[in-house]
Amino acid sequence: MNFDFSDDSKLLREQAQRFLREQCPPKAVRQVLEGRAAYAAELWRAMADMGWLGAAIPERYDGAGLGYEALCVLAEELGRVLAPVPFISGVCLAAEAILAAGTEAQKREYLPRLVRGEQIATFALAEGVGEPREAAIRTRLVDGRITGSKWPVPDGGIAQLAVVAARDAAGILLALVDLQAPGVTRHALAMVDPSCDHAKIEFDNAPATPLGTAAQGWDGVRRLLDRAAILTAFAQVGGATASLEMATAYAKERFAFGRPIGSFQAIKHKLADVYVATELARSNAYYGAWALSSEAAELPLAAATARVSASEAFFLAAKENIQVHGGVGFTWDYDCHLFYRRAKLLALSLGSQRYWKDRVVAELETRNAA
Amino acid sequence: MDFDDTPEEAAFRAEARLFLNANAARKQRSSGAHRYGDTDAAEVARAKAWQAKKADAGFAGITWAKEWGGRGGTAMQQIVWNQEEAEYDVPPNIFLIGLGMCIPTMIAYGRPEQLRRYVLPALRGDEIWCQLFSEPSGGSDVAGLRTRAEKRGDEWVINGQKIWTSGAHYSDYGLLLTRSDSNTPKHAGLTAFFIDMHAPGVEVRPIHQMSGASNFNEVFFTDLRIPDEQRLGAPGAGWKVAITTLMNERLAASEIRRPDMQDLLELARSVEIDGRPAIADPAVRERIAEWHAQNAGLTYTRFRVLTALSRGQTPGPENSIFKLVNASKQQAVAAFGMDLLGMAGGVIDPAVAPMHAMFQDSLLSAPGMRIAGGTDEILRNIIAERVLGLPGDVRVDKDVAFNQLPGGR
Repeated sequence: MNFDFSDDSKLLREQAQRFLREQCPPKAVRQVLEGRAAYAAELWRAMADMGWLGAAIPERYDGAGLGYEALCVLAEELGRVLAPVPFISGVCLAAEAILAAGTEAQKREYLPRLVRGEQIATFALAEGVGEPREAAIRTRLVDGRITGSKWPVPDGGIAQLAVVAARDAAGILLALVDLQAPGVTRHALAMVDPSCDHAKIEFDNAPATPLGTAAQGWDGVRRLLDRAAILTAFAQVGGATASLEMATAYAKERFAFGRPIGSFQAIKHKLADVYVATELARSNAYYGAWALSSEAAELPLAAATARVSASEAFFLAAKENIQVHGGVGFTWDYDCHLFYRRAKLLALSLGSQRYWKDRVVAELETRNAA
Repeated sequence: MDFDDTPEEAAFRAEARLFLNANAARKQRSSGAHRYGDTDAAEVARAKAWQAKKADAGFAGITWAKEWGGRGGTAMQQIVWNQEEAEYDVPPNIFLIGLGMCIPTMIAYGRPEQLRRYVLPALRGDEIWCQLFSEPSGGSDVAGLRTRAEKRGDEWVINGQKIWTSGAHYSDYGLLLTRSDSNTPKHAGLTAFFIDMHAPGVEVRPIHQMSGASNFNEVFFTDLRIPDEQRLGAPGAGWKVAITTLMNERLAASEIRRPDMQDLLELARSVEIDGRPAIADPAVRERIAEWHAQNAGLTYTRFRVLTALSRGQTPGPENSIFKLVNASKQQAVAAFGMDLLGMAGGVIDPAVAPMHAMFQDSLLSAPGMRIAGGTDEILRNIIAERVLGLPGDVRVDKDVAFNQLPGGR
């Protein structure tokens, strides 16, 4: 039994922790939250220099070729500090889509640019209210021109390139769209978590190229979401862990009724429950990491399970962190609300809890029938 | 990452399988009756015979030193054995408390001639041990116990009552914690002994549980006389002895409780809501997904613990998570399964109720799971204080003589 990250991954985690503690303090998140920056550009550049943007990209496309364990570690550490960078949309979705579905020429053209941080990419799926589903994709690709409306698109304001879920006569496909081309209009969207850039993107006969030679179909989109769900689960586990650490530290130093509030069982039991939820989520995420690294057949169930567990844990940890802090936790100046906002946003970005719970049972049904 | 055995673990697993195949039948998964009932005399006899067979083949005291009849093996080998044995239809392990807690305490505090007399018969299952700590006035607060030990010459005289003693009715010896001094704060006035459960002055009365079964007992002591040689540790140092016992709590083998997730899926498929299988109902799907996520989380948390164990690390208080999550989940799944049966959900007749009334049985045994071996509340305290490092609660009884406490005497 060796259900643990490799020594190399652990070393990477230590380095990432040290680096992010320095380079991504809450102040950096507030820069974006309070509208003074669209994202942490300097941090993003440093991440590119360290090879993080291509951690799981093979070396022949200028990636670091470290594999998915490494990418999971980075997702967790970036999630812990709420790094305001286009990591999930760009690295975990767009680059993954190109790697999985692109032609050799497309991979050679785009991946090195993304890995080096010369270009920011995102993944445009949602078309307004609703869960990820095939029927909801109305954006059309006809003769190399794309038309439709995508919102919300994470990092849609800062990206230069988008992988867009669309349909043509044959069905669902993924298309590459230059977001600076004519026919593309972007509006910034105010979000519950303003530390993540989001936009509404209108495509009006904008030039677009299908990704790969054959249409991916909805299954291709779903595979992409499954993989991103595992990586996002690590970001959520990181955020939950940070929230729990904040709450625990405060419960030790805050005195009321003549004693530290952490000595009251009402606080202890609350934080014990947060610990339990976070550890269950961490273990489910670990299993997801194993499924990603080994391309296991169990990946869809592992992904849905990790997602359900992590979304629940992060939101629980974030809301109880505010509660343990009491009144100051509700102020703008304390950092509790940064985690609360991000927890809810991440729990929606790839589809709601209801959607992923349904996916869990659907996967259990197929396995049980087999 | 992988889920593979090391070569040493694989070799041991093969050895265990060889023995099990030759001596026991593989378990069949059945949705048949699965009641948590009494352990009767015939079952005790079967358990003893199986234990002797295991001991002869070196599978009884896997982590014990060779000098005590053990194998001198690793904790991981014990886990491998537990995993393999769980696949076979073998009698219940009624020796866990004795071998996991009582005898290790004896080895730490007993005299050499006592160890020569008691260790091997316990290992072979010829003699069964129980643990006599909990009392009506000391459950979660064990050190609040009142059973009195009075020194008279070379003997001690014991009067009082224990409760929740698992297996006292078939045990031969017991590890006893008493109050020998009421004039000191509660932890300082305790003394530990081992006793003969068949001695005059010991009376065992089974407790009729709400589930209908009787797994626990009350044990009454009326002028029980114990020679001083049976004292473990110094007079007044009983708490230290008790800590030794509790430190040896086993890393619980992953006990397979029914109904499990597969049973729940089976029920949700077979029962209809508004003319459709219940499993098609979104509300039902949400609940099943939540329990699956908890269940999977526990499974993979256990894998993480096993990985640490496999590297020679000792599991810590994090282990409280397993029972804490499982017990409440068991209760919730039972209640939900019954809910799916609508007006007939309350029928517990196994001949009529779906899946042999497994959900109804589980509802009635689940409250005990949330209490036995550390209540939900105590487990949360352990996580909060020993894992998260939160400060201890205010202890009003800490520096007060036991007989000055409300209810202390």
